[in-house]
Amino acid sequence: MIALLIRDLRLAMRAGGGFGLGLAFFLIVVTLVPFGVGPQSELLARIASGILWLGALLACLLSLDRIFALDWEDGSLDLLATAPLPMEAVVSVKALAHWLTTGLPLVLSTPLFGLLLSLPQAGYGPLVLSLMLGTPALSVIGTFGAALTVGLKRGGLLLSLLVLPLYVPTLIFGAEMARRGAEGLTYSTPLLMLAGITCGTIALLPFASAAVLKVNLR
Amino acid sequence: MSLNVSDLTIARGGIKVLEAVSFVLDPGRALVLRGPNGIGKTTLLRTVAGLQPPLAGSVAAEADSLVYSGHSDGIKATLTVTENLDFWASVFGQNDIAPAIAAFQLERLSTRPAGALSAGQKRRLGLARLLVTGRPIWVLDEPTVSLDTDAVAMFADAVRSHLAQGGSALIATHIDLGLPEAQILDVGPFRARAMEADDFDEAFL
Amino acid sequence: MSANSIWEYANPKKFIQTTDRVLPWISVLAVVSLVVGLIWGFFFTPDDYRQGSTVKIIYLHVPSALMAINAWLMMLVASLVWIVRRHHVSALAARAAAPVGAMMTVIALATGAIWGQPMWGTWWAWDPRLTSFLILFLFYLGYIALWEAIENDDTAADLTSILCLVGSVFALLSRYAVNFWNQGLHQGASLSLDKEENVADVFYYPLLVCIAGFVLLFIALVFLRTQTEIRARRMRALLARERMG
Repeated sequence: MIALLIRDLRLAMRAGGGFGLGLAFFLIVVTLVPFGVGPQSELLARIASGILWLGALLACLLSLDRIFALDWEDGSLDLLATAPLPMEAVVSVKALAHWLTTGLPLVLSTPLFGLLLSLPQAGYGPLVLSLMLGTPALSVIGTFGAALTVGLKRGGLLLSLLVLPLYVPTLIFGAEMARRGAEGLTYSTPLLMLAGITCGTIALLPFASAAVLKVNLR
Repeated sequence: MSLNVSDLTIARGGIKVLEAVSFVLDPGRALVLRGPNGIGKTTLLRTVAGLQPPLAGSVAAEADSLVYSGHSDGIKATLTVTENLDFWASVFGQNDIAPAIAAFQLERLSTRPAGALSAGQKRRLGLARLLVTGRPIWVLDEPTVSLDTDAVAMFADAVRSHLAQGGSALIATHIDLGLPEAQILDVGPFRARAMEADDFDEAFL
Repeated sequence: MSANSIWEYANPKKFIQTTDRVLPWISVLAVVSLVVGLIWGFFFTPDDYRQGSTVKIIYLHVPSALMAINAWLMMLVASLVWIVRRHHVSALAARAAAPVGAMMTVIALATGAIWGQPMWGTWWAWDPRLTSFLILFLFYLGYIALWEAIENDDTAADLTSILCLVGSVFALLSRYAVNFWNQGLHQGASLSLDKEENVADVFYYPLLVCIAGFVLLFIALVFLRTQTEIRARRMRALLARERMG
């Protein structure tokens, strides 16, 4: 399992691995928003946490199809399926690798992007915390979507259609937590709900992902 | 440690292709599958490897004793030859990749990224992967595609030494591997008959 | 399996024979109850003292909203039956129900918007119930798109069944999340088992007739579409056999 994780991380870092693309996308979204809504800092401060959550979610979505597609094309997935690793472990490791290469850099860079959108002082802590809690769920749910569409040519658009509705609860609680934090309200309820969703998806969804991946390998 | 396939019926895309395939593969033996394109050799091998369920019949082998190698090699272009082999070795709980590199004469290529290899060299790397898994039963689908005659001989030697160590191999191929000791199984006679009317219930025919 | 077990209808041929026999009756009943219910509701009930005649849209809004949810539940049950017992008709029935359910969702959303305009002064509000239905509609779209995208029928049935299971859990989660996110303008449920909370009797009886009509309409459409799916599937199987020679 460790070997698979190391390999995936190494592949992501090497040329053409796509590491950093998500971050660049995130930056572009954050840059474009003021062009769309105007440069008034009061307005930006109000919507900053929502924009950052949405940007992180889209950046995450963008890299989902890479989770299995490359391993599917070169036959690694067949070989992994006959290896002594259970499929549930394979999908969990894949989700973890996706989070480490996409989710974690997003979380760590959010304060910087918050600055660009004049996020209120009080908002930084809750925003980073909510993303830290929420992005693992985004990766795990996305892995399920990627497993569903792995054999399909041009599955990218379908993948978004399948995954985005599944992202709704995570987005609502995560963005709500960040918003309440930025307005200086208490945010323990959305925090607990978000943590619950993340734990639940990490615990249960790999079984569904492994099942659909096995179906797709037939 | 033998592989026992009995009364196996398999389907591709929902259509039965082979019916009542039975054979036994004992340690130290190699079995070569022959048959025209589209008869279902790949499907048979994938079923034996456990990648897809059979319609009927059973594949009996000791748990974790099979290794499958299909049309593509599962090689990552941006990893070096050594890194590729190291990865598969540790997935299968092994750590010594030197014999595999020696058997397919990959020493001089070992630090090159796999993307820089020729098709034949890639195939050799893919076959070297079999050695690092330490699994006794090899299930190989067209292993010699894009290999030159020298490399085919290399492959035959690797199979022979694998058999000598008590391993076995199930190989689908069209060419002569230079393995006179291998048994031949023509899968043609197992071709499934067209479905009959009484199959209607489940198969919609 | 005994001859009169319900699984007998999982045989495609038996299913078509049986539904062929009941389909005309169900269709006629559906049309009759819809016509009676809607005419009764539209022309023979008094206007609401607060909402005026706009309230009469409930005869479309409430039944379609109910069926939008029940169609998804039916798909969930059919998916479970496919996963557990692998009856092809079950998977095809789930596939057949999805577009019908999606249309019910659209009707519920559209009538909701039309009703909302005079009542709330806006066509659309991010009210929790409306939002939930919009999300439900997205789930329907994803489910239908996945069916369409996969060539192999059994693979498609497996994948969509699992998507339906996972989707149900997330749809439920979304429902609660949306409630938490915005408390909303929507009035309470129009129907409940507790009779005290129901709308007045004079609105209630025609509403029941309309709901019965929508249920029958749904059943008729699903039967019809399942038959079509079975025939299309058989045609594909026959073509595949031709190719195999």
